Amino acid sequence: MQSPAPTRPAPLDAVLRVENLSKHYGSIHAVKDISFHVCPGEIVGLLGVNGAGKTTTISMILGVLEPTAGSIHIGCADLLRQRSRALASTNFAAVYAPLPGNLTVYENLRVFALLYGVRDFQSRLQSVLDAFDLHKFRNTKCGLLSSGEQTRVSLAKAVLNRPRVLLLDEPTASIDPASAREIRSTIRAFAASTQTGILWTSHNMYEVEEVCSRILFLSRGEIILSGDPCTLPAQYGKSTLEELFIGVAREPLDLGALQS
Amino acid sequence: MNLARVASVPLRQFYLYRGSAARFVPLFAWVTIDMVLWGFMTRYLGGLAHTSYRFVPSLLGAVLFWDFMIRVMQGVTTAFFEDVWSRNFLNVFATPITMPEYIAGLLLTSLATSLVGLAVMIVIATAAFGLHFAAYGTMLLPFVLVLFLNGMALGVAAIAIVLRFGPAAEWFVWPIPALLAPFACVYYPLTTLPSAMQWFARLLPPSYVFEGMRAVVSGHAFNGGLLAAAFAFSIGYLVLAYWFFARVFRHAVRTGLIARYSAETVS
Repeated sequence: MQSPAPTRPAPLDAVLRVENLSKHYGSIHAVKDISFHVCPGEIVGLLGVNGAGKTTTISMILGVLEPTAGSIHIGCADLLRQRSRALASTNFAAVYAPLPGNLTVYENLRVFALLYGVRDFQSRLQSVLDAFDLHKFRNTKCGLLSSGEQTRVSLAKAVLNRPRVLLLDEPTASIDPASAREIRSTIRAFAASTQTGILWTSHNMYEVEEVCSRILFLSRGEIILSGDPCTLPAQYGKSTLEELFIGVAREPLDLGALQS
Repeated sequence: MNLARVASVPLRQFYLYRGSAARFVPLFAWVTIDMVLWGFMTRYLGGLAHTSYRFVPSLLGAVLFWDFMIRVMQGVTTAFFEDVWSRNFLNVFATPITMPEYIAGLLLTSLATSLVGLAVMIVIATAAFGLHFAAYGTMLLPFVLVLFLNGMALGVAAIAIVLRFGPAAEWFVWPIPALLAPFACVYYPLTTLPSAMQWFARLLPPSYVFEGMRAVVSGHAFNGGLLAAAFAFSIGYLVLAYWFFARVFRHAVRTGLIARYSAETVS
């Protein structure tokens, strides 16, 4: 049995710093003392089987779930003490949080622009509609869009305020491979051009290898592996990230056995 | 308080009302039905009774004021329910909006929608049934304000209940006005109630309003002390309702309820 992966101290310019974060529900430890960071322009994959604690971690970073212990900093802002300031620099998209279907794409983006304090709304609107090819749906109610189109609207909302930290919870889960490739490309370009740090969860290991420069493997609420998704499998005697994922999913904390 | 974030709440409701007749029509449909029904009722009672009692301002006016308070409450709850129904909590509460800003946005929405209802009711009651509130000058304005504060307090308390117990608890909220109506003395004087019920009625500011309104339309003076008490109660209830909501919200953030708020069960 091996202890969780050691954590490196966060660089000074990290846009997201999570330190000793825990969430307990009575005797159930959903997240146990995890620490990690995301640097500007970096895309970090947060991986793990269902129930590993990924969404719990994301909920805490979004300020909708109070940690039992630990701290979260978005840039210089302490999320627990300066919630509004921290969340103004954050945004997210998740398949389980579609935008209201009874508003049009324009109306939704207008409302969220006010919520996030976007000043140059008209130019941002044009920019995000361009980026996610949404011009033709500008005045369509979101509920009438296909799930893939709704995902694109959610992503448009997610980049509307030029966040320093972007949380993407399975952003391509409901879309076809061609659209998914376009979205990955758009998000990578966005991260590179704006130096936004992105935390990306996905069960698609091909996608993780393509997009993420670093991954964190979460199991039973702990980070048990971290590193480069291209080199990490070989370190544990696996040929692909998917094999490593399955190996860890079967024996979550027995990394010694995986290596042998 | 960030005014842009406050404005996002009524703006969203404006978009909803603009795009949906099913939302817009009820703003004035139910109050119209109430005014017509009670207008004819008061006309009938006025014809039967051989007294100097003025049914139109006393009864129809009371119905109008009571409807207004219900619309204020429903303005808050319906705006909140829009976020419940569209499972929008995570999107909204993951933004920088603060709780006072969100509540202020709901109250602004309620102010706008309830004033539409009030205007419609006044037009119908005046044009069709000869109710002339203008004759009383500004004397009735404090009563409207007390009812507005109470409608807001009820609305905020109601959404706290729904947040705490889940979307299905919506069914606890709709009957609240009907439960309070007998104690609010909308249609009859306080002395009509048994003494035990009078004790509870005195805790409800609307009972002071309707007692006062009947005194004013009968040409009697209304005790200013009672009006001050009604104001004090109203402010107190609004503060209490906000405290209750803030406490429930804190609980929801601590337990993760906000992040997974979609269950249909009452827990």
